[in-house]
Amino acid sequence: MDEEENNTRRQQERRDFLRILGTAVAFGGTAAVAPTVLGEAASPQTPPNPRIPGYDWTKHRWAFGVDVGRCIGCLRCDEACKIENDVVRDPNHFRTWVERYVYLEGETRPRIDSQSDPQNIAASGSSGDYRFDDRYRNATVTKAYFVPKLCNQCEHPPCVQVCPTGASFKAQDGVVLIDQAYCIGCQYCIQACPYSARYIDHQKGVADKCTWCYHRITKGLNPACVEVCPTHCRIFGDLNDPASEINQFIRNNRVQVLKPETGNGPHVFYAGIDREVS
Amino acid sequence: MESLFTHAAPYVGYVYPNETDIPWGELIVVYPYITGLVAGAFIVSSFYHVFGMRQFRPIARFALLTALCFLLFAPMPLLFHLGRPERAFNAVITPHWTSAMAAFGYVAGFYLVILVLEVWFAFRPDIVAKSKTAEGPLRLLYRGLTLGSDDVSPAALAYDQKWARALAIIGIPSAAGLHGYVGFIFGSLKSREWWSSDLMPIIFLLSAIVSGVALLVVLYVVVWKVRRVELDDDCLKGLAKVMWAFLIVVLVVEGLEYVEMFYRAREGIDTIMQLIKGPLRTGLLIQALGSAAAFMMLTALIALRTQGRSLMVWLTLSAVLLLIAVLAMRWNVVIGGEELSKTMKGLLTFQVTFLGREGVLTSLLLLAGPFVALWILARLLPPWDEGRLEPAIAGLRSTARR
Repeated sequence: MDEEENNTRRQQERRDFLRILGTAVAFGGTAAVAPTVLGEAASPQTPPNPRIPGYDWTKHRWAFGVDVGRCIGCLRCDEACKIENDVVRDPNHFRTWVERYVYLEGETRPRIDSQSDPQNIAASGSSGDYRFDDRYRNATVTKAYFVPKLCNQCEHPPCVQVCPTGASFKAQDGVVLIDQAYCIGCQYCIQACPYSARYIDHQKGVADKCTWCYHRITKGLNPACVEVCPTHCRIFGDLNDPASEINQFIRNNRVQVLKPETGNGPHVFYAGIDREVS
Repeated sequence: MESLFTHAAPYVGYVYPNETDIPWGELIVVYPYITGLVAGAFIVSSFYHVFGMRQFRPIARFALLTALCFLLFAPMPLLFHLGRPERAFNAVITPHWTSAMAAFGYVAGFYLVILVLEVWFAFRPDIVAKSKTAEGPLRLLYRGLTLGSDDVSPAALAYDQKWARALAIIGIPSAAGLHGYVGFIFGSLKSREWWSSDLMPIIFLLSAIVSGVALLVVLYVVVWKVRRVELDDDCLKGLAKVMWAFLIVVLVVEGLEYVEMFYRAREGIDTIMQLIKGPLRTGLLIQALGSAAAFMMLTALIALRTQGRSLMVWLTLSAVLLLIAVLAMRWNVVIGGEELSKTMKGLLTFQVTFLGREGVLTSLLLLAGPFVALWILARLLPPWDEGRLEPAIAGLRSTARR
């Protein structure tokens, strides 16, 4: 993320903090802190517009769609993401991953695995390259599909709620970002994300996650995973644009989000998943 | 990028790929444990300083020093755990108030100020005396500690006691708040089924008090034996009763937590059962058997009005069991919560590491730290009350009468 943008945001936060501190002194600690904690819990503070040339984050409302029926589990998205975002090439840290749901004849619950499954790692021959093995070759499969997963960029992100420093924040265009120059690496956000979309970057000692390739989308490009998907199962776009592909996808499909009961308001919309997918 | 990650957690069933890197380890087990011991030790000192329960007089000031020494080490596990410890103060400089963790610096800091002040008022006559008798650099230290006031007239002492008592009164809700707050850090997360419970802060707080009292029992017996000073039966009996009473409430609330979970039997309960039977079995057994055995011993001690040596032996044994059981409880909550996958369709097994920044060795050193600090502090400010006039309540009352 842009360094200037980080600086502006931090300055604003410090001003906010000083203002809160001033109020606390004026009206007594409890009276000032209580409304901050209770009243604004649902609306994370809004940092100022970042200085990204030609980009105004108040003009966009990004969203993501996954057309599960189209995914063939080729995992090019995983690979592209790891290269684009310099994610460590091991089977334990992913900004995006793909799950395989297989219903076998006579079984009521699906068998689930991801590219990180040891059998799949063995099949690919490397913990840095990914493929699904063909373990169900001789079984009678009644239903099967692949589900790509990534950060849901929630409306009410619990990761932002629990961040003690404000290093995790929600941009005005809806994307949840991490100021890695300010993160202390407490990993509370990793605990709070119900989708396990976050992980610790051991090299930097800070949290990391999918940003929908913020450095690309703010230049008018698609996220890397969307770009490389050969079947066009990943759809990205602007909800503010009525003609955008994402709006059409949401209009033309019965879509759902993951774990809606959390109240987080995810912004990744899935078409074609069972209730087993969470 | 080359991977620096070496201890992926093995799993069964389906877990999200990122979950195999378990975020919180042994250090975060130790953190609530140490904080709990602070709360418990402080409450014991308050039994004398605030509630005037005389049987706790022999250990009232010792308990205060114990609480202070453990509080000094409470933030250490967090600091060792942080990915960027040098940025720790970001959470204090720009606290993000919707985060439970952002308050830690303030809550712990406030409590530290209260404790330091209370210790100062409680030990002021000793500090003044030492500033006149000590030699060399120690004399300078004590003179500094007097903060320029060497008035130990009855009126001044009564004034000290009034302040110590007021601080102790503020300290009780602070201690309760500090530990209830630690429970909230876990209980408030909706992402983890094992943590997400309204009872979590209450369980943490009550078990904290049990562990703190147990710590004082062990310290009292061991330290007084080493000093070859006779133990006070009334004090031991008082500690036994307090520990027994709080233990009962802990056991009931914890029991209710489990009963409610199984009775509601929400989706994923079968995975929870697997967790209990699988990766968490040993930890839960230690917690359950330790608590149950201690409960039976304490019940017998109280019912049979045991005294003297057998009281000391059985009470110490039950205290040791409770110290282990509460540590196991912290493990079961922190590690157990992370071993239960967020998919509710799989289980991970935490990999214990011995060496390294976050290994068992660091945890043991951090657990030993407060004892070393206590050993040093008890030499600087001897908290032993034998032969001392009863200052606190008596002094205060006589002034009030005048």
